[in-house]
Amino acid sequence: MNEIGKPNLEVFSETLLKEARKNKNIIVVTSDSRGSGKLVPFGKELPNQIIEVGIAEQNLVGVSSGLAAGGKIVFGVSPASFLTARALEQIKNDVAYSDLNVSLIGISAGISYGQLGSTHHSIHDFATLRTINNMTIVAPADNFEAAEVIKQAISYNHPLYIRYGKKPMMDIHPPGTKFKIGKSIVVKKGEDLTIVATGETLQRAYLASEILKKSNIHCSIISMHTIKPFDKKTFIEFSQNSKAILTVEEHSIFGGLGECCASLIAQNNINVKLKILGIPDEYMINGSQADVLDHYNMSPEKIAEISKDLLNK
Amino acid sequence: MNEKNLKKKSLEYRKTILEIIFKSGAGHTGGSLSCIDILNVLYNSVMDISPKNFPNLDRDHFIQSKGHSVEALFTVLCDCGFYSKKDLNTLNQFNSHFIGHPTKKVPGIEHNTGALGHGLSVAVGLAICKKIDQKNNKVFSLLGDGELSEGSVWEACTTASKYNLDNLIVIVDRNDLQITGKTEDVNPIEPIDKKFKSFGFETISTNGNNISDLLSVFQHVPVKENKPTVIIAKTTKGSGVSFIENQIDWHHKVPNKDEYESAISELNEKLNSYE
Repeated sequence: MNEIGKPNLEVFSETLLKEARKNKNIIVVTSDSRGSGKLVPFGKELPNQIIEVGIAEQNLVGVSSGLAAGGKIVFGVSPASFLTARALEQIKNDVAYSDLNVSLIGISAGISYGQLGSTHHSIHDFATLRTINNMTIVAPADNFEAAEVIKQAISYNHPLYIRYGKKPMMDIHPPGTKFKIGKSIVVKKGEDLTIVATGETLQRAYLASEILKKSNIHCSIISMHTIKPFDKKTFIEFSQNSKAILTVEEHSIFGGLGECCASLIAQNNINVKLKILGIPDEYMINGSQADVLDHYNMSPEKIAEISKDLLNK
Repeated sequence: MNEKNLKKKSLEYRKTILEIIFKSGAGHTGGSLSCIDILNVLYNSVMDISPKNFPNLDRDHFIQSKGHSVEALFTVLCDCGFYSKKDLNTLNQFNSHFIGHPTKKVPGIEHNTGALGHGLSVAVGLAICKKIDQKNNKVFSLLGDGELSEGSVWEACTTASKYNLDNLIVIVDRNDLQITGKTEDVNPIEPIDKKFKSFGFETISTNGNNISDLLSVFQHVPVKENKPTVIIAKTTKGSGVSFIENQIDWHHKVPNKDEYESAISELNEKLNSYE
């Protein structure tokens, strides 16, 4: 049985604190987001390694860029919704185009803010950032991925966007799993269909596969933690050998994981059924992250049901 | 470098700006001519930045936030030996790195700019970095006056003040014009000095097209310990060429052959007066 771990956001801040103790060149920049980024202990222990710019996301990204231009390893931490919309031009020009060593941490990403509503949701971040040259986009699924991506970010030396949710996540990966930015993780292999999930929806896909197993349907599950650069090789290999592909993401159905998979299937002439699960183009229903994901067909039970439909079973 | 030589350089630089804009068929003529004396004094008399020390971060830094006046910056960097005139002559050609805004692919460029309101935050980040590293280098940033309508400029100012960045020197190229017309008609930004003061800056005003005034003002920065400085440099858009000065349509107008030759001959006359 998989254990329920910590919120990935907590794992992010704990990992960063550990790394920053060893490396004084690591600087965190916050926009009144110290509390929501779980960075209060960081600020207390390493006050000289945290810069606070107040509620000013454009400035946060610009200042982060300047620090990186001066040789620092910078983590700019701000709610994903504001960071990737308000400061999009700073991300595009000052971080990506200028190719600086800035890791942008989108906290409380996707629909983590639940009832706070659409102003606080970031279901656009994959789509907008995918179109920006030189951006790497990562959505860690469990505590293991959440920690590993930070360790790798320190020596990544290029623009990086990492989004984190704030609910405790189930441990999916067994000890010894290898994590590399840009390389997906095959969680399990099964001959019937492949479910590709990213970030916090991986847990739901995994639980769906357990339900399907009871009906003797065997899924492959891929954790596509890196949305860009996309692990085309693994995806194409699985889509060529599956009866159907189901993608699951806490993001708009436009421009994210699903459409990336659709494009690869179409452009590689792969004959496989595809279903994209995500947030539809509508005024989003109000609710907690869990309730909203359930509502939009991303409960484990619904994912299992849709998988069966795809396989005509 | 002495004042007379700097003055001659400013005239030579103006000729080069007009030449590369004329030959390449594009460029921001008015703004490049308004800020050229500032860049001249900065690179030749004030800042510790050279092709030799550029790869090392232990030096001064310059961020040109008003990126569109890139022809002025390219001209000065070329003269400082960052690249050859032959390279500069590829301006605006297919596959050249010399494009209409600063990019780091051109030697000597610190940061990619062009979208307004970005440079000051980056300069603030660099200045904070110098403070953390306990280095005495300074960070200079040139802003346009029309650019001051961007809210992000003022976000950056709050942080510059919070972190007591007396190593940050901001220069506003106050030429009074922007693409649509006079700044005070388009969207009034005065009183600029009071605005910066209220954001925690020390302010100085000077004539930004006068070499001796600029030399003197840069000797007095930072004005006050623990305070960022802004120099409001009063300039003339199109400065140095009579028929380009203060003309709105010369924001990014390219001289035709007659205009080019007339401008060069006017500048040559001024140069001859130094001989």
